Amino acid sequence: MPILDSAGQKTWQLRNRNEQLVRWAGWLVGVAIFMWCWQRISEATTWAFVWDAPRIAADMASRSWPPRWSYMETLWAPLWDTLNIATIGTMLALVMAVPVAFLAARNTTPSAVFVRPIALLIIVSTRSINSLIWALLLVSIIGPGVLAGLIAIALRSIGFCAKLLYEAIEEIDTTQVEAITATGASRWQVMAYGIMPQIMPAFAGVAVFRWDINLRESTVLGLVGAGGIGLQLQSSLNVLAWPQVALILIVILVAVVVSEWVSAKVRGAII
Amino acid sequence: MTSALLNERLGRRWRKPHFIKNPALRWGLILGAIVYVALALGSLEVNWQRVSEGLVRGWRFVAAFASPDFTKRGGDIYEGLLESAIVTVASTVVGILISVPIGLGAARNIAPLPVYLVCRGIVALSRALNEIIVAILMVAIFGFGPLAGFITLSFATIGFLSKLLAEDIEDMDRVQAEAIRATGSSWLQWINYGVQPQVMPRLIGLSMYRLDINFRESAVLGLVGAGGIGATLNTAFDRYEFDTAAAILLIIIATVMLLEYLSGIIRAKVQ
Repeated sequence: MPILDSAGQKTWQLRNRNEQLVRWAGWLVGVAIFMWCWQRISEATTWAFVWDAPRIAADMASRSWPPRWSYMETLWAPLWDTLNIATIGTMLALVMAVPVAFLAARNTTPSAVFVRPIALLIIVSTRSINSLIWALLLVSIIGPGVLAGLIAIALRSIGFCAKLLYEAIEEIDTTQVEAITATGASRWQVMAYGIMPQIMPAFAGVAVFRWDINLRESTVLGLVGAGGIGLQLQSSLNVLAWPQVALILIVILVAVVVSEWVSAKVRGAII
Repeated sequence: MTSALLNERLGRRWRKPHFIKNPALRWGLILGAIVYVALALGSLEVNWQRVSEGLVRGWRFVAAFASPDFTKRGGDIYEGLLESAIVTVASTVVGILISVPIGLGAARNIAPLPVYLVCRGIVALSRALNEIIVAILMVAIFGFGPLAGFITLSFATIGFLSKLLAEDIEDMDRVQAEAIRATGSSWLQWINYGVQPQVMPRLIGLSMYRLDINFRESAVLGLVGAGGIGATLNTAFDRYEFDTAAAILLIIIATVMLLEYLSGIIRAKVQ
């Protein structure tokens, strides 16, 4: 135990001198990096705007209150589109994620050397690109509209769903699979009767969880032209119609809270 | 032996049990899903001509992945990437610094009720607001540039880290904390020696994970003018420079993979 001995007085310490020096150096480097980052941000910032921020924020708040409730009539259609993007997108993603998950799981992949890395690459690359970037890409390829948003959400969700699913597949109880195999079942029958029933709860949980996330993400896809309520947000922002912006933000907030509630209820019912 | 007796001995043919046991609920859900999908697909407006035109461009984009152009806009990519990295690091550090006290406050077993409610309120607010929407507001208030991105990501980090930290504190072993308390420690010493060592490994793991998320998010904040690689990517798409866009996407994927790998190592080490 490290003990500091100064003038015959012994004091208990958590760490000895070398450990303390290493830690101190680590902190020094960390703080230096942070300060350098902060300096770069500060250089790129127009501080006059920042000092003006409270006034601007107050101004924005005063102009956006009260929200323009009558605008709600035009919001129902985009809200329906947003819901569709999230729901159909999640369904498409699940359809594509299931085979990827079976190819990626160590115990079901046909080849751990050739197929598994490809499946893992699909998972990582679809997961690391944000749905907004997918939407941007798809809008420039297939044109603006709900379809672009739908495909963007679907592509983005493959990685997430497949990752959680293949982890569930790897954790299954092998004795059940063996029992099915012992009856002389074919490979597909083993999958249908030995593996599928075990991952069904995980599958349903993942589906609802991802649907909740997708609903949040699909509310902003319109900003790049991919349909949904974000489209109205963008056009209201462009003409500085703050009361409409306020209403849209309230609607989005309510949608997010409701979707979280639904997802929590459904997951509670399954698990 | 008559055939009737044989049938009796064999029993009924085995049928796979259903995932949802209640037949009314099961058929209701299936029917509802079919009606919903039909309605949703019916309201989907797709300009197939535009899509077929776009597929050619889509193919060009896929081809661009085979020959990404890192050099033509090399300077822009470097600047954007550096800015994204800076915003990521700074916002993660500040986010952690703020989320630790809020996390302490949001843990029911160490915080008094009023503090708990306030902190939980902050966490709920931060989690309900989408990053992109916060970024839009921040850009409107603080002007274009990395500062808006930095504030957005710091705010988002608070919701994520505080919630998970608070849950971890609530799950901690009370005995160790009580032992420290019994030595007559002050409140700060109690937190430092009784609570902190128990939650530190998880906090480090979550911080690394959040760093990873923040980098991914910072890549899209540029789309709404909050600085970083997203702005460069947006410009590349607008100019239909798919080779540059492919290069940026590949860099983002590679960085995310690297970060995930590193955070995996660090998490394995501290846990």
